Amino acid sequence: MFEFCAEPKTLEGLAWLSCYLTTPKHMEFYFSFLTVLSLLAVAAPAALAFGFGGAMAARSHHAPVRWFGNIYTAMVRGVPDIVFFLFFVIALDQGIEWLTHQIRCPDWTQPIRQGLEFRVCPAAKVPPNNASHFAHQVYAFALAVLTFAIVFGAFAANVLKGAMDAVPRAQIETAEAYGMTQGQAFRRILVPQMWTYALPGLSNLWLILIKATPLLFLLGIQDIVYWARELGASKSARFDYPHPDWRLWYFLGLLIFYLLLTRLSEIVLARLSRRFSHGQATRAGEKMRRAAA
Amino acid sequence: MTCFETFQAYGLRSLGFGENLLPTTNITLCDQFVLIGSGLIWNLYFGILALAFGFFFSVGLALARASGNRWLRKPAEWFIFIFRGSPLFIQFFLIYFFVTTVLRGSVSVFGLFTIPTAWLANAWAGAALTLFLNTSAYAAEIFYGALMAVPKGDLEAADAYGISGKQRFFRIEWPTMLRLAWPAYTNEAIFLFHATTLVFVSGFPAFQQRGDALYYANYIADKTFNPFVPYPIVAFYFVCLTLLLIQGFGLVNRRLNRHLPSHRKSRIRLRPQLIR
Repeated sequence: MFEFCAEPKTLEGLAWLSCYLTTPKHMEFYFSFLTVLSLLAVAAPAALAFGFGGAMAARSHHAPVRWFGNIYTAMVRGVPDIVFFLFFVIALDQGIEWLTHQIRCPDWTQPIRQGLEFRVCPAAKVPPNNASHFAHQVYAFALAVLTFAIVFGAFAANVLKGAMDAVPRAQIETAEAYGMTQGQAFRRILVPQMWTYALPGLSNLWLILIKATPLLFLLGIQDIVYWARELGASKSARFDYPHPDWRLWYFLGLLIFYLLLTRLSEIVLARLSRRFSHGQATRAGEKMRRAAA
Repeated sequence: MTCFETFQAYGLRSLGFGENLLPTTNITLCDQFVLIGSGLIWNLYFGILALAFGFFFSVGLALARASGNRWLRKPAEWFIFIFRGSPLFIQFFLIYFFVTTVLRGSVSVFGLFTIPTAWLANAWAGAALTLFLNTSAYAAEIFYGALMAVPKGDLEAADAYGISGKQRFFRIEWPTMLRLAWPAYTNEAIFLFHATTLVFVSGFPAFQQRGDALYYANYIADKTFNPFVPYPIVAFYFVCLTLLLIQGFGLVNRRLNRHLPSHRKSRIRLRPQLIR
């Protein structure tokens, strides 16, 4: 990074530290914070969408759709989420390869599961065998995002279903009395009103999602936990920057990062909550109306 | 091997008894059920230990947080903030690295005597300690909320009767606090048991392949390359465990609410929106 970093062994004190903290490996470490933030940025809306779909399915008038929705929302209740993470990441990978195998190699005669192995034809490998390292990483990240979206979608579906049920029945009846169709009542009356009921649950979910992001490490992503372990491990004199086992300090850094992230979220969510309560027929909304009047 | 023989060989494998070598080829359904069930012993151990000790500590923390003395209140607030605001996964790593790099086997107290600390690097102690601290923080927040929700009238009535101090706490606040907190505390207990699956995938090594349910499921999935059997088995065990917990905590809830008219009793439901 800096000019004087050419000979790290000769450096001392602050100069050493500034060179140490700007090695290419450390740059990758800092970059991995972006990985975590981008996971949050992508997985949160995706989970919300999954949750919305799940909640709608669970309230559907068609029995099979309703069953599917109910199973999906019940899925996360009794089982640790980490089980789903470990399961989906392999299951999705194998499922995708199986599908491409069916499409690209219809004439393949050998069984896919041979004893202890899972073998699809070479053309069906996802990503392809000759793909770059970067493509593999992007694929792994996409799988991780999908896994997060499925699991947290189930949590969100629980919250959103509760919120949809909490909107006063009279509101929908009024909408119907005005001649709105079911879809119109849903879009114009139910959805705008349900957020105030959903927000406490969704805020909680957001905080849980933040705290679940280190599990990316278990899904084989080079995230902050991976780099903290790599960089913190003791480095012998062979390395440019030898140091004893510093993993404790790296993980303390991660701890502070997460504490800041949750604190910041709490502040933003409290503001959002005030905004959503505005003009609602709830206690919080009534309080705001009185205060203004 | 018949299923009974498998049970004899692997039923207590997670504690180090029975067959030493884990099955590598020809892993039958019975093997998977027995091995994963054996691992569940660790989940129960961690969960029960953390819950039992955490209950008392969390009540203490909640009281400290509600206290008027800032030397009590501030540390409690910080403790709760740190353990609730950061991922358990990171906490496991931190405690493990703290024990292995800072304590390094033993601590000397003013050079007078040394306390051996090497045992804390083992999962049975270190991970249990982490889970204990973690669940205490979450439960303390629940109990603090309940303590703040004790009806004003009850306290005024206590004052009017001249009940104060310790007596006021144990006879008026404590039963109501417990009753109000119980549904949320049930949720916390369930998610604590779920959190025990993180122990062996985080820093703590599984000594001689003695791991928990998820550790063995992961092992089997790696060996057979088929996730569709072992993970649903773990899921099955945990659903059973969750139902048992709801039953058990429901009994306590009934007892806590026994003086109330039946329409005011709160039933325990698992409410995932309340999780941790």
